[in-house]
Amino acid sequence: MIEIENVRKSFGPLEVLKGIDLTVKKGEVLTIIGGSGSGKSTLLTCINGLEPIDSGRIRVDGTEVHARGTDLNKLRRKLGIVFQQWNAFPHLTVIENVMLAPRKVLGIGKAEAAAIAEKQLSHVGLGDKLDVYPSRLSGGQQQRMAIARALAMSPGYMLFDEVTSALDPQLVGEVLDTLRMLASEGMTMICVTHEMKFAREVSDRVAFFSKGVMAEIGTPQQIFDAPLNAETAAFVKLTQD
Amino acid sequence: MFETALTFQDMMFLAQGAVQTLLVTAIAVVLGTALGIIFGVFRFQVGPWWAAPLTFVLDVFRSIPLLIQLVLANAFLGMVLKLKLSGFTVACGVLTLYTAAYCAEIVRGAIGAVPSTTRRAARSLGMSWRQDMAYIVLPLATRVALPSWIGLALGVMKDSALVYIVQVTELLKSTQILITRLQEPLLLLIICGAFYFVISFPIARFGGYLEKRWSND
Ligand SMILES: Nc1ncnc2c1ncn2[C@@H]1O[C@H](COP(=O)(O)OP(=O)(O)O)[C@@H](O)[C@H]1O
Ligand SMILES: [Mg+2]
Repeated sequence: MIEIENVRKSFGPLEVLKGIDLTVKKGEVLTIIGGSGSGKSTLLTCINGLEPIDSGRIRVDGTEVHARGTDLNKLRRKLGIVFQQWNAFPHLTVIENVMLAPRKVLGIGKAEAAAIAEKQLSHVGLGDKLDVYPSRLSGGQQQRMAIARALAMSPGYMLFDEVTSALDPQLVGEVLDTLRMLASEGMTMICVTHEMKFAREVSDRVAFFSKGVMAEIGTPQQIFDAPLNAETAAFVKLTQD
Repeated sequence: MFETALTFQDMMFLAQGAVQTLLVTAIAVVLGTALGIIFGVFRFQVGPWWAAPLTFVLDVFRSIPLLIQLVLANAFLGMVLKLKLSGFTVACGVLTLYTAAYCAEIVRGAIGAVPSTTRRAARSLGMSWRQDMAYIVLPLATRVALPSWIGLALGVMKDSALVYIVQVTELLKSTQILITRLQEPLLLLIICGAFYFVISFPIARFGGYLEKRWSND
């Protein structure tokens, strides 16, 4: 369970998160929608401790992320995250990209790590690309590799930050299919996305962010068909045309 | 020109000079690079403000001509600190710091060239700062730094000719001694130049080879 309590965060004078309260249960798929600059990415990077927070509390399986004694490197094993930019390690082959963290962070032996990597890469449809370098992959393939790389750590949660936004339109589908597959397998996921159709399909709940505030959260039916909040209604209407 | 007074002994004398050049260069490049990496990582890590004192010292080594550094260091160590150091030791010490000063700059730039998003991805996977440095930053920065570093190493080898000023008889000094004795400057300079070339060329080619190999990734 991820518990977010009254989290505030500023970059200098700019308050980016203005008291966020949110709980994500095991097995849940939550999508976050909202305009650019509303604090969606910042929230994800706060959840895995890449960014400090100013006040409030975030707990992952009971461990407080920003507490003094928390071992963030250890905590991050539970939290897979995939970003908008494809962050392949360009000097490593596809399978080496996926094997690196299991080997170095979890201390798994080479053969076993290779088996894990191969399994995850096949799972996302890259079983035939094990030994090529990432520069030879399309954007969609690189993004799927990044997903496999995160999954190889056997995380309890997956965070996705607009993973299709930097892709050519014809490559978006293959990545969304991968996310759908994970959702159907019961992975706990927080997806920041602009793909409304996808959000409606896979989400248990949808949260709408506006200017650092979670303006509304509810079932996909509520958010897309009968939003209570005027801003949500305006945003949904805008994106559905 | 082919009827020369140059003897086998003279050639051995030149070879000894070449060995001195190689030794001073190898020591300065190896130690200077190691120090340069430490200084460069430090400068990148703590930011310009906290690194300012170190940056200043390194800038001193980069801006004062090497010849002057050698003379001053020799005088300071010998006369002020009363240390009995050989010219060879002084030469290696000064050239090491000189190399480190340039190398730190190369390293800092190369680390900065590794995209922060790539490093963030590594940290997100649970890698520690050290692991990120060792498995992501070091290999990627090495690729960026290599051409400049090769240039630095070859430059240090040529600049090492200046250590004659602290009584180290390296290649160029040996050549000059023979020129004075034999009065055959052209032949001797050609031989001397050929020595430098034979040492530099493989290093330059090896650098080119690595660059080519890495560009395939
Ligand atoms: N590292 C940072 N330093 C300063 N400002 C930042 C930083 N990261 C994000 N911001 C600002 O915080 C606001 C929210 O950013 P972000 O969380 O990326 O929004 P979203 O993902 O919803 O588009 C934006 O105005 C952005 O410019
Ligand atoms: Mg964002």
